[in-house]
Amino acid sequence: MPTLTLVQAVNDALKTAMRRDPTVIHFGEDVGPKGGVFLASDGLTKEFGKARNFDTPLSEDGIIGTAIGMAMNGLRPVAEIQFQDFIFPAFDQIVSEAAKLRYRSGGQYTAPMVIRTPYGGGIRGGLYHSQSGEAYFCHTPGLKVVVPSTPEDAKGLLLASIEDPDPVLFLEPKALYRQLKGEVPEGFYTTPLSTLRTVRTGKDVTVFCYGAMVPVCQKAAEQAAEKGIECLIVDLRTLLPLDEEGVLEAAKQTGRVVVVHEAPRFCGFGAEISAMIAENIIEYMEAPVARVTGFDTPFPNTLEHHYMPDARRVLDAIEHVGKF
Amino acid sequence: MTIAEPNQVIAQDGSVNGYTPDLTNSQLLHCYRTMQSVRAFDDICMKLQRSGRIGFSIPNKGVEACQVGAASALEKTDWIFPSYRDFGMALYHGVSPLEMMHNMFGNDRDSARGRQMPVHFSFVKPIHFVSISSPIGTHIPQAVGAAYAMKLRGEKNVCLTSFGDGGTSSLGFHSGMNFAAVWKAPVVFLCQNNGYAISCPSEEQTCSESYAIKAVAYGMPGVVVDGNDLLAVRQAVKEAVERARTGGGPTLVEAKTFRMGGHSTSDDPTRYVPKELVESWAKKDPVARFERFLASRGLWTPEKGAAIYEECIAEITAAVSEAEKTPPPTLESIFSDVYAQIPPHIRRQGQAAFDLAARVGDASAGGGKFPL
Repeated sequence: MPTLTLVQAVNDALKTAMRRDPTVIHFGEDVGPKGGVFLASDGLTKEFGKARNFDTPLSEDGIIGTAIGMAMNGLRPVAEIQFQDFIFPAFDQIVSEAAKLRYRSGGQYTAPMVIRTPYGGGIRGGLYHSQSGEAYFCHTPGLKVVVPSTPEDAKGLLLASIEDPDPVLFLEPKALYRQLKGEVPEGFYTTPLSTLRTVRTGKDVTVFCYGAMVPVCQKAAEQAAEKGIECLIVDLRTLLPLDEEGVLEAAKQTGRVVVVHEAPRFCGFGAEISAMIAENIIEYMEAPVARVTGFDTPFPNTLEHHYMPDARRVLDAIEHVGKF
Repeated sequence: MTIAEPNQVIAQDGSVNGYTPDLTNSQLLHCYRTMQSVRAFDDICMKLQRSGRIGFSIPNKGVEACQVGAASALEKTDWIFPSYRDFGMALYHGVSPLEMMHNMFGNDRDSARGRQMPVHFSFVKPIHFVSISSPIGTHIPQAVGAAYAMKLRGEKNVCLTSFGDGGTSSLGFHSGMNFAAVWKAPVVFLCQNNGYAISCPSEEQTCSESYAIKAVAYGMPGVVVDGNDLLAVRQAVKEAVERARTGGGPTLVEAKTFRMGGHSTSDDPTRYVPKELVESWAKKDPVARFERFLASRGLWTPEKGAAIYEECIAEITAAVSEAEKTPPPTLESIFSDVYAQIPPHIRRQGQAAFDLAARVGDASAGGGKFPL
């Protein structure tokens, strides 16, 4: 099995999808001969030609708007938004159009499409190359939101997203693009959406995380283990629709929960997990749910390592709920 | 570039100039009947709304020739990405008033099953008349994407997207026009300039000398036609369609017209439209003008015109009876069609709503069962 970085796994998924299905096309800003600013589409134009992998004018609204029309009319578009921070001109197209098309036409029109976009901090990108906007999109019925954290999942989840009959926002943790290497199966396979991945087992504290926070939580869990606290780490992988039963089951196993994400805390994804636990399994809980998140501020540049949850902050929360 | 006076084929007196007779008499009468059907549909919907039987309607009086002239230039394999004031295009291609009336009542036979406001139609047969959304201009780049798919497959079909003068200020207009020109996509952009975006007059919408001239900056042809002249609209759209079909790329057609009523049944245009302006446009009524043209060819008399209108009224009145007695959607319609398959969390919420409805007995849950 080849060993690939996460961004190479994305590239492998795109090539795999485009080889097996001529209706799959990929486009966005600078994704053509350059291969994308992170090289996720390296070699696609060469292999599949300009009609199936191409640069677009610099307009996120145009990229997503045209992708919707393509999806309505028989193609399987995969559109790249260069940085998730730049997606907002297309917010209307994603939220009011792609996500609602099936509903408002009684299934006469649908938008099976994927929006790939790098998200999150850790590259010294400051305010506009670092944001984690998943919560905006998780509030949108009709949309799916997927976040891989390993090369194998990046390929399997992206292929599953391309196959999916509904629009998928595929958030790629850019901090992990080259940080992680892992074995990735060759050829076509899918990792089912709306399933969780158990990263690590443990009986004391359950840690829910996704994307670039997964390795941070792994590091914190190792440190906690040295202090006698064993963590169960769950990678959520698909935020919408979430495997809620799996989440509640994992929370019940320890009765102590930490939720970790880079995005701001207020109305963040951790709030949903916390509410879900409070509503359904409060009687199983031994401690209040702790959230380790970005601050409720814009994303800073120089001090980003203080803004983003790190092992130190996650460990602090694990100890807090572990000893509660 | 200066855009000249709008192209006109039928003069106010019904005489023609520069008309290529490419429509048979029965096709001409079909165009006429469609305009009368739009008018009859509007007349009935206004009464339904004013009497509280439907919640909302969008009147079309004054702009019927734009819709029907443009639709007449399309084949059934072409796609229409309409605005909310375009249903004459669907009627022209054979969508029945009954299907539309189901939407006006939001009943269970509405294609959107009552999820949208009235007038937000969606049809796939006999022509693709794409589901209408309320945000302005969002459908414009979508038309370009659908056209790209046609081009990629080597089809000879085109997409026509229609919007108003206000729509030209939207993000979607800019991105759609730009992408279409760069891709040489087979798209026709139809701007129905009716003078007002709800209440905002054209001079406060743009500083351009016309809307068509905006095409020049995007690198495509732009033409202006008299939008109250059915044959002029048809001719301009037909030329644009042929250009698109044969690989010549997109065109922007501006049809200058005037909305003779409110933006919707919730609007009072007397608050912002000068009376004299309405009076001057009343003299240019597109239906009356087409009647004079038909009369000059021996195809129309006042009696025949009245009979056609009455036929339309009868057909639509029957549609109202049918739609009004069709039951509303059942509760499951809230929860279905969000995704291809209902995810567990939505299923649980649906079940809770069904259980409550069953306990209270205030709504039909559609059997209250998943799967649907």
